[in-house]
Amino acid sequence: MPDAKMTTRRLAVHYGGKLALKEVDLDIPAGDVTALIGPSGCGKSTFLRCLNRMNDTVEGARVSGEVTLDGKPVYGPDGIDPVLLRARVGMVFQRPNPFPKSIYDNVAFGPRLHGLAAEGEEMDRVVRSGLERAGLWAEVKDRLHEKGTGISGGQQQRLCIARAIAIEPEVILMDEPCSALDPIATAKIEELIDELRENFTIVIVTHSMQQAARVSQFTAFFHLGQIIEVGATEQVFTAPRNELTQGYITGRFG
Amino acid sequence: MPHIVKSFDAELRRLEEGLARMGGLAETQLAAAIEALENRDSDLAARVMHDDSRVDAGESFINEQTVKVLALRAPVADDLRTVVAALKVSGEIERIADLAANAAKRSLVLNQLPPVAPMRSLIRLGRLALELVKDVLDSYLSHDAERALSLRERDQELDDVYSALFREILTYMMEDPRTITPCSHLMFIAKNLERIGDHATNIAELAYYRVTGKTVAEERTKKDVSSFIGADLS
Ligand SMILES: Nc1ncnc2c1ncn2[C@@H]1O[C@H](COP(=O)(O)OP(=O)(O)OP(=O)(O)O)[C@@H](O)[C@H]1O
Ligand SMILES: [Mg+2]
Repeated sequence: MPDAKMTTRRLAVHYGGKLALKEVDLDIPAGDVTALIGPSGCGKSTFLRCLNRMNDTVEGARVSGEVTLDGKPVYGPDGIDPVLLRARVGMVFQRPNPFPKSIYDNVAFGPRLHGLAAEGEEMDRVVRSGLERAGLWAEVKDRLHEKGTGISGGQQQRLCIARAIAIEPEVILMDEPCSALDPIATAKIEELIDELRENFTIVIVTHSMQQAARVSQFTAFFHLGQIIEVGATEQVFTAPRNELTQGYITGRFG
Repeated sequence: MPHIVKSFDAELRRLEEGLARMGGLAETQLAAAIEALENRDSDLAARVMHDDSRVDAGESFINEQTVKVLALRAPVADDLRTVVAALKVSGEIERIADLAANAAKRSLVLNQLPPVAPMRSLIRLGRLALELVKDVLDSYLSHDAERALSLRERDQELDDVYSALFREILTYMMEDPRTITPCSHLMFIAKNLERIGDHATNIAELAYYRVTGKTVAEERTKKDVSSFIGADLS
């Protein structure tokens, strides 16, 4: 395994009295795509949200255990400031959720919030670079001041990715980013994920086994709040070690 | 455990049944080729040659079925290994049947010539090859990885018998030059039978891979005396 960008140790999450994640240990390798797969309700989103403390805002959620980013604790008294953490660990959601603002303002949102660029030429460059890296520039360069909600679903999702990468995060979390997209828009996002891997560490939750196989280098299989198997994607999809993994990915239960 | 999508199970079963049919056919072909040699039965030999196309048809069926499953089901894990192994095993079976048909073809020529003594040993080699093919196909179809692995030993035995037979035939040819023509046909047939053992071994390795997901890393050490003698018939 290459160097871990993030790690979790005995990471557990309760929602009220219900244990949703049971002592999960996982290393997320730097500069690779890690796919989280598993049946609905097994805790993938819960796990993902722990990585940038999104669970803090979920009512009744209680997180225990350790999470590190570059070896530094994410939770606890010595934890990274959550606002800074979310700048370093960005998130893309299942449904494209651009703000009801212009395309330009959507991408400029994060840099403005974190004071990363001055208005004017500098911000123009940041916006352009974000849109370019999200593979959207050519399609929207003449309509930067139209509403971000007025473009197609696939374009909106790439806009959300542009928004996420404009603040130069180190890790990007994606929760089923393609589930609302057609195969072409999906292919564009997958291609984008492959390109982004050069500069970012990516964790993606997906229900498509083929997508996990196509985009990731490592795959972790979750089941009932636990990690059952984690390994190189090729190994997991050709010769999984665990019966449950095999049953799930081959469509024998789920 | 069955798949949630039942038609997928049905497709995989069709693949397995196709292989079983093809394997059974190849066994019959090989048994008949040996019988034709033993009894100098040219009619039987001709039938073996004719029926080879049935094995080819079996291979085409597996090819089409495999492509279909790959395209429509995108199989992974043990399903993927089953499909890929089926494709390769059908190729191995086709080669086995091909070599059996070739032996039958040579028996037609042999039947025009006076019998030669090493034929008895050749028949013995043929029976060994046939047994190995049967057992290997059994282990493949019954998902018995351990048995498949152990059968690789038997190919070594076959190679040893082949090497001994090779020397025997050579001795005959040297003692009586009039036997050179039938004996050289015997040699080619022996080589065919030895190769059948190699294809059977490949099937055993695929059986192991299909079940375990692991390849048989250890290289087989081949003690094939003929290449030392310098008369390589391949
Ligand atoms: N806000 C919440 N309050 C209470 N329970 C929750 C909450 N969010 C999730 N859960 C429960 O925690 C468990 C894990 O949910 P989670 O959303 O992490 O699953 P998932 O693997 O992402 O599923 P899916 O594939 O359907 O998105 C489930 O049993 C779910 O019902
Ligand atoms: Mg989820």
